[in-house]
Amino acid sequence: MTEYHLETPFSEAAIRQLRIGDIVYFNGTLFGIRDLTQIYMFDQEHKPPVSLEGMPCIHTAPSLRRVGEKWEKICIGTTTSTRMDRFSPDLIGKYGVRAIIGKGGLYEGSLAAMEKYGAVYLAIVGGAAALETQQIEDIEAVYWEHLHPEALYQFRVKDFGPLTVAMDSHGGHLFFDVRDEAKRRLPEIYKQLGID
Amino acid sequence: MEQFDYNTVEEAAKDLYIRALCDLPPDVREALKKASDRETQPTAKEVFKAIFKTIEIADKNKTLICQDTGLPIYMVKIGCGFPWNGYEIKTRLKKGAQRATLEFPFRGSSTHPLTRVNPQTSVGEGLPVIYFDYTKDEDYLDILMVPKGSGSENMSSMKMFYPAHGIQALKKFVVDTVFESGANPCPPGIIGVGIGGTADLVMRLAKEAIVRPVGQRHPDPEVAKMEVALEEAINAMGRGPMGLGGDISTLAVHIETAYTHITQNPIAVNTQCWPARRSKARIYPDGRVAYGY
Repeated sequence: MTEYHLETPFSEAAIRQLRIGDIVYFNGTLFGIRDLTQIYMFDQEHKPPVSLEGMPCIHTAPSLRRVGEKWEKICIGTTTSTRMDRFSPDLIGKYGVRAIIGKGGLYEGSLAAMEKYGAVYLAIVGGAAALETQQIEDIEAVYWEHLHPEALYQFRVKDFGPLTVAMDSHGGHLFFDVRDEAKRRLPEIYKQLGID
Repeated sequence: MEQFDYNTVEEAAKDLYIRALCDLPPDVREALKKASDRETQPTAKEVFKAIFKTIEIADKNKTLICQDTGLPIYMVKIGCGFPWNGYEIKTRLKKGAQRATLEFPFRGSSTHPLTRVNPQTSVGEGLPVIYFDYTKDEDYLDILMVPKGSGSENMSSMKMFYPAHGIQALKKFVVDTVFESGANPCPPGIIGVGIGGTADLVMRLAKEAIVRPVGQRHPDPEVAKMEVALEEAINAMGRGPMGLGGDISTLAVHIETAYTHITQNPIAVNTQCWPARRSKARIYPDGRVAYGY
């Protein structure tokens, strides 16, 4: 396990050095996206009004408050990623996103895109919204406001983490590894419980 | 005696929701601490560090631990000496939950099941979930509030086995349900298990199991033994905190039981995430309110 402290935008080299089980913290820009953001982006073919090249995207629907022209944070947490798996290969291949942040992981198609284009999946600690909200220093912009709370959010973050590299650009998938290992142990566990 | 003011129930229902969201019960904190001490995997230890930082920030800033403020559940126990009006209690609990959402304010998650319209109130038809129970000697009203987030609630499962399947089918069901849940319910939390009853009662038992303070065992030694065996089995899978691998996959397995039909062998699993949130209020007839967990 190696700990990395990175800055956005991420270079391909910075991302390719990461391996599953490594820990990442980063400073800079973070984009917030959710189910509806990506339906709008891909199914309804709206091009993002800002470049996502080299950037990280997090699966979130933030609680924000609007004060005049400015958006202020109430609580920003992370949701389950698997629901949004089908958009992820295009997010990486078409728009150059280098890191997808969420909980629970993504599937094989996303893993293949990460290998091809140089991207990673970073697992955040679910339920830890209080910490996440503190690490988000500012809401710099909200694009596609009519989709709020599933718009496209541009956050500025400081020491954002800890994030565990759960899918890397070399075909490594930590969730699959952990699941396969648990599966291997199941027969012995059944035996201990007296299950035939 | 002066007329009881039901505003007290409404205020308590509001305060309980907010308290539960911001202040994790001491037994859950203690269980997380013990779990973290036992954890040996470096990645898993990082997850625990983030968990403790989160709790610390929520304490300091009086803020939400998790953005999923869930669906509100109120478990009410009415002492037979308490002068009560059930309709008033029900109405005030609903108002209190709605006021918590609007006044804090936080994101409401209650949604019409077909139109998916969210009124941003945390309540609606059938919500909050309210359970009424009655106690013999007391003159007070106990309200236990549980905000139930969706990551863990979505992993709920129940099955009507037959008596011929035996106890081993129940154990296997628990292990397999936890295996399938993976990282989704934000482990390590509490695995609530209901055994017996009818189809509806068995899930309610599982729900009652997740609100039992961590560290308390079922009073029946045989059931308690089964809790320990299942805890060890689940941790032996090695799925770890947030499913990233590690020694600790659950803080506790809690089982609640009820008599069932001679032809039935029902089981239900209701999972609770690591922020196992709950809060409690005891309301006396003179209007005094004592808060706890």
